[in-house]
Amino acid sequence: MIPSQTKLIDEKVTSQLLKKRNRLGERFIESTLVFCGFISIFITLGIVFELGKEALPFFSSTDFKLIKFLTGTTWQPQIKLFGVLPLVMATLTTTVIALLIAIPFGIGIAIYLSEYASVKLRSTIKPTLEILAGIPTVVYGYFALSFVTPFLRVLFGKDVVEIYNTASAGIVMGILILPLIASMSEDALAAVPRSLREAAYGLGATKIETTYRVVIPAAISGLAAAIIVGISRAIGETMIVALAAGAGPKFTFNPFQGAETMTGHIVRVSGGDLSYDSIDYNSLFGISLLLFFMTLSLNMLSQWVVRKLSEVK
Amino acid sequence: MDTFITGKIDVKHVSIYYGKFRAVKDVTISIPDHKITALIGPSGCGKSTLLRSLNRMNDLIPSSHIEGSITFHGMDIYERSVDPVEVRRHIGMVFQKPNPFPRSIYENVAWGARINGFQQRLGHPSLDEWVEICLIKAALWDEVKDKLRSSGLSLSGGQQQRLCIARAIATRPEVILMDEPASALDPIATLRIEELMRELAAEFTIVVVTHNMQQAARVSDYTAFLTMDHDRSGILVEHGNTPQIFTNPVDSRTEGYITGRFG
Amino acid sequence: MGENHAPVFIANLVSRNRSERIWKNLLQISTLIGIIFLIVLLLNIINQSFGYVAIGYRVPPAKLVGPGQTLENLDIPQLAGILRQRVSPGLLKQLENDTPLEQFSQVNLVNLVMAKIAKPEVVKTWSFWQSLSMREEIKQEVGQLPETRLVFFSWVRPDLVSNSQSSNPLIAGVRTALLGSLWIILIAIMVAFPLGVGTAIYLEEYAGDNHISKVIRTNINNLAGVPSIIYGMLGLAVFVRNLAQLTSGAWLGFSSPETANGRTIVSAGLTLALLVLPLIIINAREAIKSVPDTLRQASYGIGATRWQTIWHHVLPNSIPGILTGTILAISRALGESAPLVVIGASTYITVDPANVFSRFTALPIQIYQWTSRPQAEFRNLAAGAILVLLTLLLSINAAAIVLRNRYKRY
Repeated sequence: MIPSQTKLIDEKVTSQLLKKRNRLGERFIESTLVFCGFISIFITLGIVFELGKEALPFFSSTDFKLIKFLTGTTWQPQIKLFGVLPLVMATLTTTVIALLIAIPFGIGIAIYLSEYASVKLRSTIKPTLEILAGIPTVVYGYFALSFVTPFLRVLFGKDVVEIYNTASAGIVMGILILPLIASMSEDALAAVPRSLREAAYGLGATKIETTYRVVIPAAISGLAAAIIVGISRAIGETMIVALAAGAGPKFTFNPFQGAETMTGHIVRVSGGDLSYDSIDYNSLFGISLLLFFMTLSLNMLSQWVVRKLSEVK
Repeated sequence: MDTFITGKIDVKHVSIYYGKFRAVKDVTISIPDHKITALIGPSGCGKSTLLRSLNRMNDLIPSSHIEGSITFHGMDIYERSVDPVEVRRHIGMVFQKPNPFPRSIYENVAWGARINGFQQRLGHPSLDEWVEICLIKAALWDEVKDKLRSSGLSLSGGQQQRLCIARAIATRPEVILMDEPASALDPIATLRIEELMRELAAEFTIVVVTHNMQQAARVSDYTAFLTMDHDRSGILVEHGNTPQIFTNPVDSRTEGYITGRFG
Repeated sequence: MGENHAPVFIANLVSRNRSERIWKNLLQISTLIGIIFLIVLLLNIINQSFGYVAIGYRVPPAKLVGPGQTLENLDIPQLAGILRQRVSPGLLKQLENDTPLEQFSQVNLVNLVMAKIAKPEVVKTWSFWQSLSMREEIKQEVGQLPETRLVFFSWVRPDLVSNSQSSNPLIAGVRTALLGSLWIILIAIMVAFPLGVGTAIYLEEYAGDNHISKVIRTNINNLAGVPSIIYGMLGLAVFVRNLAQLTSGAWLGFSSPETANGRTIVSAGLTLALLVLPLIIINAREAIKSVPDTLRQASYGIGATRWQTIWHHVLPNSIPGILTGTILAISRALGESAPLVVIGASTYITVDPANVFSRFTALPIQIYQWTSRPQAEFRNLAAGAILVLLTLLLSINAAAIVLRNRYKRY
């Protein structure tokens, strides 16, 4: 048997031996995969291009003035007033309230889990947080409307707290982004090398001193990135504000009043039967574009922070 | 007495770069047919890089490129018309750490044959027979013949490495490159691999990288000594038949390295 | 002299330890509060899903039957008689279109009598907690209402899953929404899975570390952070409007006027496909990355081509990770509602989707619509639907965990 194999080898030894084969299948697969790789670029371009295209009639209409768009305090398409501030203001209110909840609790949980909790406790709390993170936002919206709002109204009085209010939406949004901030922060804290902690303990530092003086400064880029991603998530969050924050743009600093955020406005107006080529329709794309660039720059900022500060380390 | 006129593989003025760093500088060496050539030298001297350039495995590192020529059967394997996949089929490879596929022992051997167009013909071995032949040649058959369907990962380290050798010879290569094939194994398993290499030399041309001097002295017919130049790139100091290199090296650097390592 | 050179230390360990304790307690409390949030959220939903319901009738069933009898134990002729007597001739004709009433099943007739004559309506609902704590007060209150029955009602029940949408919360269900969700997710995954895995393979196995692949990688991370509503707007502009001919099915002859505007299951599925694509890519890349390089080298070393290496070794060894990521993407798509509202989910559909060019609604959309209704009974209904949704998500995630544990190879 083996000699015949050897003979075959001899016959094949020619200068053609290593000649490149025309592997059509391979080439086809490769070009398909390259195409797949570029899809994500197409999507991003698609977002910018399509949103821009649909927003263009709005930005170029005679009723639109950039100054008024950015500084006007009334958004009433019926009477041609397009000041985006009420929407932005409501978005900021809910976001700030959300952060007031999510940052202290989120980072507190992260520190507790990474520095204090036993392995066993951590392995129960982390999945719990993951469950919290996996609940659909519409459920959080339900929670805001059916629990937090009534609770606030009992606490502060029914004449102070409106049925729809940004405080309730903001609080629940805080609960929503809490697990996100907690788990990203925990990752950042856990990445701090043990030797750094041991150095601090070696000098007689207590646990909390070690945490605040050594661990947190070392993990600061990760913590900052977690907060920035949390902000971006809060700005783009939709269903909670659509259900609980109120309908109708309103310029107010009072979190107990109803006000419509950017996302809430888009959902409410597009949810009705909207005719294409109306200025209402086009203005939604204007708002979306603004929203897209706000979240995009926050996301890029967070990636930059991680890269930049980790270089410093 | 000069055996290096034209070998199975001829390396001429080869330099290999990783990005801007030159890992191997101007190496010319001929690999004689049906013999075992050992590449020795201090770690980082580019011997593994040189070995991997012989079957274009270095192509898989995106930043690497090569200058000079490496011919196999008189054909430059780095020529544009050459398919690196074909090169590797004829010049097989065994790696430092045993790396069987996480599949059955049988599949480990059969897969390479199958993808390279193994045909079942009258008067020639069937795939089952071919797997058996390869496992026999790799001195593994007796140990695995009753468990061909169990995972290749269930074997011991030494057995896994012999399985990798069986896998390499199943595509009927002419040359087998071995990159420190025994460095992850215990002394007894190492010995078995060395015996196996001697047996395989009857049928294949073998190039082995090793940092184990005794091993090079025991198994190889020819030895090439590489070292690091002052710019950290690898150069070939000398090569010749093994007894000569080990007993009567021409270059003082070779002598220094060998005596140092033999202690 | 020497004594003066020694620095002074004061014993401060007591106060330092006190602050240590205080901080530790604070951190513990914040963790506890995080868990309390979850518990309150779930309890609130359960609280709203069960409880007393006062049901009033247009015509009380007691008036339809003789004394000592209930509708359920009447026979077919008696029930048919009631219907003939009470229902308008037009409706009767419609009911008897195919078969005379006498050939209906008894259960069907009871349901017909309830739906067409008795017409139960929710008068008032109480939460689970109220039902437990104020039982007597509730009973008293309902006792004063004429023709009203008090029942302990579970809003999450088999009928909730099997019934279609209805304006009567007592018989409304999520069947249409659930089917819509399944269709949409099926399309989303069928599109996003091959594209996502293809991209991951390209990035990990083909693209080197060059400029273009770096741009693609960054871009995918950014896409993962784009708010879902933006994808909705993209879907609205591209799938609903620009590609209306395709997504309405007009090119295949499905040109019902209802769907011609492109607000269809296909549009919804494609929109969610874009949304989950980055998620699938990122998880698939991790899975492919975890396949050891020695395996690839072994394969190349015996003359395998790149694709043979990928197909026979890289993919089989990374498929558990890829599937786990895909399951996560499915659960993300299942809970997503904002983009679907934007591209025009229907508010009220009672018929099952016929094909992918049908109008659509989805489970979270149904929850959103019920929640936003002012009536308390729709809140209860929404809570029931939320329990259905959470149960689905939980089982999907459990499947992911099982998969991850079973096929762990490396």
